[in-house]
Amino acid sequence: MANILTLLFNGISEGALYFLMASSLSIILGLMGVVNFAHGALFVWGAYVFRMVFIQTGSFFFGIMAAMVAGFVIGFIFEKLFVSRVYGNVGAQIMITLGLSIVFTELIRVFWGPTPLIVTRPEFLAGVSHIQLGGVGTVIISHYRLFLIIVGVVIAILGHLLLTKTRIGMTIRAGVQSGEMVSALGININLYFTLVFAAGGALAGLGGALFAPLSQSINPEIGNMFQLDAFIVVVIGGMGSFMGSAVGSLFIAIMIALIGWYVPALSSVAPVTIMALVLIFRPQGLFSLLGLLRQAVKK
Amino acid sequence: MSLLKVSGLVSYIGLFTILHGIDMEIQPGEAVAILGRNGAGKTTFLRTVMGLVKTRSGTIEYKGQSLVGKPPHKVSKMGIGYCPEDYGVFNELSIEENLILAKHKNDAATAERIAYVLDLFPDLKKAFKRPARTLSGGQRQMLSVGRSLVNSPPLILIDEPSKGLAPVVIEKMSLALKEIARNSTILLVEQNFHMALIVTDRYYIIDEGKTVHNGLMKDLENDKELQHKHLGL
Ligand SMILES: Nc1ncnc2c1ncn2[C@@H]1O[C@H](COP(=O)(O)OP(=O)(O)OP(=O)(O)O)[C@@H](O)[C@H]1O
Ligand SMILES: [Mg+2]
Repeated sequence: MANILTLLFNGISEGALYFLMASSLSIILGLMGVVNFAHGALFVWGAYVFRMVFIQTGSFFFGIMAAMVAGFVIGFIFEKLFVSRVYGNVGAQIMITLGLSIVFTELIRVFWGPTPLIVTRPEFLAGVSHIQLGGVGTVIISHYRLFLIIVGVVIAILGHLLLTKTRIGMTIRAGVQSGEMVSALGININLYFTLVFAAGGALAGLGGALFAPLSQSINPEIGNMFQLDAFIVVVIGGMGSFMGSAVGSLFIAIMIALIGWYVPALSSVAPVTIMALVLIFRPQGLFSLLGLLRQAVKK
Repeated sequence: MSLLKVSGLVSYIGLFTILHGIDMEIQPGEAVAILGRNGAGKTTFLRTVMGLVKTRSGTIEYKGQSLVGKPPHKVSKMGIGYCPEDYGVFNELSIEENLILAKHKNDAATAERIAYVLDLFPDLKKAFKRPARTLSGGQRQMLSVGRSLVNSPPLILIDEPSKGLAPVVIEKMSLALKEIARNSTILLVEQNFHMALIVTDRYYIIDEGKTVHNGLMKDLENDKELQHKHLGL
């Protein structure tokens, strides 16, 4: 039992990382219709920039900020110079974002080399607590993982408030349904496309930065791995749904943690299988299913 | 000077040329119908004016300024309101948010205008905080029309507001549009001849992407032969 609780805790903390990737992928997909295969590259850049600044300044906080700025700037460049030219052309979008992903991952190898680099955890988050639960056993709580959960919750709340309470959020939600109609009301939707793409880059960068001290080792391939799982989350949560990606992230991360422990052989197949099932039976995403259940209960 | 002047307009979507020659002149204060069969190009014409469909050749002038090549948000800001086919209402936004989103300015005049819209369509006032997806088709159309009025645009383009609505609702909507037409210039795409008769005084007929005829509604009303030829009535 205590073992399961520890696994759940670890799963939830990794869910926070999935959430950073998936929520931004989901909004980019919902608003611009772009499947952004370059998102993983922004994650890697976040991780490497974080490590560099963390080592140079000794400040964990500066490292995080630098990673977010890097993600924002690269995301901005991606959108302005490349992606904005191929809106509405899905084939070209796939080629361009895949191309950017390859080039920017290769650039990591050029600057920092192909071999894994060690990352340390900041001292104030390096500890572990053993929590005795009467009769159940001892649950192991890593302080760094607790920190990840807090960051995930804070970002989810801020994102939700931004989307529901501000004019910017209102415009984004409207644009997810019809960017064309938003522009016909007098709003320059292209500005929002750039802004959302860059902000999504910042979130991916944050994800990479937070991942580095968790795994304590980074390499140029970490982005691809997270990107695939994030896409699965987007499918499960429903594209364009911010809160759907939060639920989907928790679901996938907890499942990977549990299956990874009990049936390691299935750990990489399970998420893809679930995605396939969702696509077949519930293509609009599981989150809308939750909404339906809620309505049914209300009635 | 005419409010809207279109000459020799040719527009295209991808590889297809859809409009082959539209000529039209609308004076301030007029209410004009655009009639024509299914697939004639009525919707494409309104979308071309809005900048949502690309112009290949010809001119579109609004208050003497060219609209050709202008992006939709600039066309909107120049003072053209647009209600697309199928409402274009944002389902996940509340009625209030749909109206707020359309505001070009945050001034007293715009606030007054929203109050006017809610008086014109009391249904919207009742459901003010509810998501638009909870509205009926008729109420969505009211929201779409109401939203296009928020900035008091001198010209309003409305695409088939009667589509899919029950006869009683069409009647109500016709009267509301008639009321709106007292202060604004309206360009109304309609297949419902009855509604067009109530709201507009003059018409253009579009067929196969061209304007083929125009005249006064009251003449068309009595000319069964013309109705049959161009409208299939
Ligand atoms: N995206 C598109 N790609 C190719 N052809 C299109 C596209 N949209 C419209 N068309 C074609 O353009 C022509 C005009 O369509 P449009 O929607 O403007 O007609 P309409 O007069 O509004 O018809 P309706 O009364 O049915 O609304 C049609 O033949 C249609 O098939
Ligand atoms: Mg039409």
